[in-house]
Amino acid sequence: MSERYDVVVIGGGVVGAAIARELSRFRLRIALLERQAEVGFGTSKTNSGIIHPGHDTSSATLKGRLVVRGNALYDRLAAELHFGFRRIGQLNVALEPADLVALERLKAQGDAKGVPGLELWDPARLRREEPNLSRELRGALHAPSAGVINPYELVFALVESAARNGVELAVDCPVTALAADGDGLAAHTPRGVFRGRFVLNCAGVASDRVAALAGAATFTITPRKGEEYMLDKRLLGLVRRLVFPVPSPKTKGTLIIPTFDGTIMVGPTAEDVLDRDDVATTARGAREVFAFVRRLCPSIDPRDAITAFAGLRAVADGNDFVIGPTSVRGFVNVAGIQSPGLTAAPAIAEHVRDLLAAEGLALVAKPDFAPEVRAPARFAHLAPEVQEALAARDPRFARVVCRCELVTEAEIDDAVDHGARTLDGLKFRTRAGMGRCQGGFCTPRAMEILARRLGVPLHAVTKRGGGSWIALPMGAEQEA
Amino acid sequence: MLGRMEGDYDVVVVGGGPAGLAAAIGARDAGATRVLVVDREDEAGGILLQCIHAGFGLHYFKEELTGPEYAERFVARALDRDIDVVGSAYVSGAGLDSDGTRRVRVMREGHGIRTVRSRAMVLAMGCRERTRGALHIPGTRPAGVLTAGLAQRFVNVMGLLPGRRVAILGSGDIGLIMARRLTLEGCEVVGVFELMPFSNGLTRNVVQCLGDFGIPLHLSTTVVEIHGQDRVDKITVAPVGADLAPDLSRCREVACDTLLLSIGLVPENELSQGLGVELDVVTQGPRVSSTLETSLPGVFACGNVLHVHDLCDYVTEEALLAGRFAGELAGGVKRPRDNIRVVPGDNVRYCVPHTLAPGREHTIYLRSERPLRPAAIRVGDLVRRKLGFVTPAEMITFRIKPDVLDRFHGEALRIDLLGEPAGPHLAGAEP
Ligand SMILES: Cc1cc2nc3c(=O)[nH]c(=O)nc-3n(C[C@H](O)[C@H](O)[C@H](O)COP(=O)(O)OP(=O)(O)OC[C@H]3O[C@@H](n4cnc5c(N)ncnc54)[C@H](O)[C@@H]3O)c2cc1C
Ligand SMILES: Cc1cc2nc3c(=O)[nH]c(=O)nc-3n(C[C@H](O)[C@H](O)[C@H](O)COP(=O)(O)OP(=O)(O)OC[C@H]3O[C@@H](n4cnc5c(N)ncnc54)[C@H](O)[C@@H]3O)c2cc1C
Repeated sequence: MSERYDVVVIGGGVVGAAIARELSRFRLRIALLERQAEVGFGTSKTNSGIIHPGHDTSSATLKGRLVVRGNALYDRLAAELHFGFRRIGQLNVALEPADLVALERLKAQGDAKGVPGLELWDPARLRREEPNLSRELRGALHAPSAGVINPYELVFALVESAARNGVELAVDCPVTALAADGDGLAAHTPRGVFRGRFVLNCAGVASDRVAALAGAATFTITPRKGEEYMLDKRLLGLVRRLVFPVPSPKTKGTLIIPTFDGTIMVGPTAEDVLDRDDVATTARGAREVFAFVRRLCPSIDPRDAITAFAGLRAVADGNDFVIGPTSVRGFVNVAGIQSPGLTAAPAIAEHVRDLLAAEGLALVAKPDFAPEVRAPARFAHLAPEVQEALAARDPRFARVVCRCELVTEAEIDDAVDHGARTLDGLKFRTRAGMGRCQGGFCTPRAMEILARRLGVPLHAVTKRGGGSWIALPMGAEQEA
Repeated sequence: MLGRMEGDYDVVVVGGGPAGLAAAIGARDAGATRVLVVDREDEAGGILLQCIHAGFGLHYFKEELTGPEYAERFVARALDRDIDVVGSAYVSGAGLDSDGTRRVRVMREGHGIRTVRSRAMVLAMGCRERTRGALHIPGTRPAGVLTAGLAQRFVNVMGLLPGRRVAILGSGDIGLIMARRLTLEGCEVVGVFELMPFSNGLTRNVVQCLGDFGIPLHLSTTVVEIHGQDRVDKITVAPVGADLAPDLSRCREVACDTLLLSIGLVPENELSQGLGVELDVVTQGPRVSSTLETSLPGVFACGNVLHVHDLCDYVTEEALLAGRFAGELAGGVKRPRDNIRVVPGDNVRYCVPHTLAPGREHTIYLRSERPLRPAAIRVGDLVRRKLGFVTPAEMITFRIKPDVLDRFHGEALRIDLLGEPAGPHLAGAEP
């Protein structure tokens, strides 16, 4: 296969997805290529899910400018795409007397950048608002515009919206070579050649490698690992806002995060690693995280951890986003999108749109652009009468697949209709398998539905694509 | 499973495993006319349906049956008694009306969602397996880490193998049984790793499932890291000290593509909690009276939802009793409240039931906190009896004759296990 596009986007993380969706407003032929079995399975799934206010980054940097704009775009984006988003506010707290000075500096920086509503709180106010935080804290800076999302839901919704508006998505589609091709570039993949007038490098931690494929190796990425720990539901409501220390030059520090679903998460760590696949959690990481957050909130105990994960920030040398055209004609970097990349993504998309226009891409608005995608059905959240009415109409709503999160067969089917191809894809779309039994009950049912819908045998169902097989056929000749 | 579910009932039983089926039979035999059993699986039988090995029914039927055979006999007995048994029906909530009527909300495939009312309710939801989250094992999150019960379902129900080279963490019975089963299916079981200095499974399973197949059991050892990107490719194991903390200087790697977890069972009490039933923090099941009634009147509990049993025959025995009391209550029989509290004493992890009444025979189920040899049980200053070897893996059942309690005049009856702590010495075990 060899097809011609106006724009080929490499990488189906939040950045590639946001750009593809933004460009889908115009009369353009666009391909979105993702190496993995599903979109959003890179760093965009393994992060803190925070929509940062932006007062902690200097406006001298690109990331510092895009973060504030990105934050402001989230209300509309959430209204159109129906992913979970809530502005719960953030506190940067002072542990030491010197931190109070730093808080004033942060406030001044934020005010100057137009971060709304920043306010310094004294210890009495802090205690009133967040009674479970340490009594030792000396004050805090409150940023009401901070929000939380389920980041994977955002990526799924962006891609769905893009696809609805004509973007062609190819998964299991790693770009392995890039070659000059007329006035553009040809991206070679196992699924064919995708020729684009513009090729956008949104490959996250692999973005320096993709740049090298194009012959534009102008930067290197150092993966910076962050480990996060989810805590037991027992701690629901422990804090109402995001709790941050005073940031250091390297990181925003280790945080207490009341996630969109309410579960408390603590993390991340920040450790430079060599291996770009190293998403292992470590005993040391756990020790560091808990030792630190206990200074913020003494009632958090390491034994409350129910599950953990790690993600890799794509840190480019220079420590800023690397966005812009290169010496290779048509090849545009949107690389080194480290934190706050999730927050900035919608603003990055606008920025890249303008940049492509300046490079000569004609942007003709489509009158029929459809901004909305509908919210996925969430049976468990419906009123009993509504549940009963649904079940009376569609028997699949009376068949429970995941008992812990009360997910029905209708929701699983819907997730497959919207692109789920793996057990993790189902889990992150429907929550099936996220509950107490961690898939002990729903795995067989989910495997059966996936196998039937995809027309493959049971043993071909995977956890997240690639070599993540779940089971082998019995009695069949076993290959090594 | 087709089945009838119409109108309201005398007794509704939630869960159609061995406990639920026996409770329904007990209720019917005690005079309840309309009895309903609801199970979320297609067929009633509970976990027994995936236990295709023999070893069930020795006590109750006096013959050795497989799990599905045992279940089938109970389903047949229930149907013979005109008990309504429905499958593919999930109880998503339960409650009490202000007049004391019990109700359950049933989501039933092909029949929509319905509320069913009854005079008495029996909770028999069984248990689930503890997962990796309970352990905090650092490392990657690849495919290939699963509970032994899920692996059992793969092999026995779905015709799939969980992997080729299998390590097992925890020496619970399901893990031991799966070690044998997977070996027979041609998989290589590289070892069973147990944190404690003793096995958590029945001695007979250690001998028959590991010893006979040359599978090593590594006691006082745990998994400290999981490796592998997409799929498990190895684990790191380390010996633990007396404080159960791993000694990382002595860790080693074990190549495998699968890690089965057999690290314990947790009673499935979310429904009970939703109802407001009081739970015992140790058993994680409801606190019950000598009639197996929970803290809510007319709501009974039995089987693994009450406390984790190691033998199905005991589940049956307990559930027949719970069903009988539920049936009697539905028929209007009133009993005086229990007036003796059972208190777990030395070396006793828990006792069920939590209260007793004089004038009736009682069966007390208890577990020891540690292996003891030789052991004896002491019930207040009423009874003292020799037990032989005792381990936390094997439940102790103890009957108290009616006249014994007549001699007791206190409010709290303390039960102690006496004996010397025993070291690891089980067959097949490597230190
Ligand atoms: C621990 C942690 C916490 C964070 N918390 C926050 C936060 O709270 N708020 C915030 O704003 N930001 C946060 N971030 C940062 C944020 O997650 C990232 O900036 C953002 O997800 C980057 O998105 P991306 O699309 O660039 O990368 P990714 O999501 O990694 O997407 C890149 C995609 O490219 C694909 N790809 C790679 N190579 C190829 C190829 N050759 N061919 C085809 N496809 C390819 C990959 O498979 C991947 O799906 C956090 C990051 C980490 C690690
Ligand atoms: C994976 C596993 C394997 C086991 N293997 C063995 C073995 O090999 N040998 C042995 O002696 N013992 C084994 N046991 C112990 C065994 O569980 C008990 O002996 C016995 O099955 C317990 O009976 P039960 O009826 O209490 O629970 P279960 O057999 O678990 O039955 C509970 C039933 O309740 C249903 N249920 C739960 N919640 C709901 C709801 N909300 N709505 C509708 N239905 C519901 C479930 O579907 C299930 O059918 C095993 C246990 C487990 C968990």
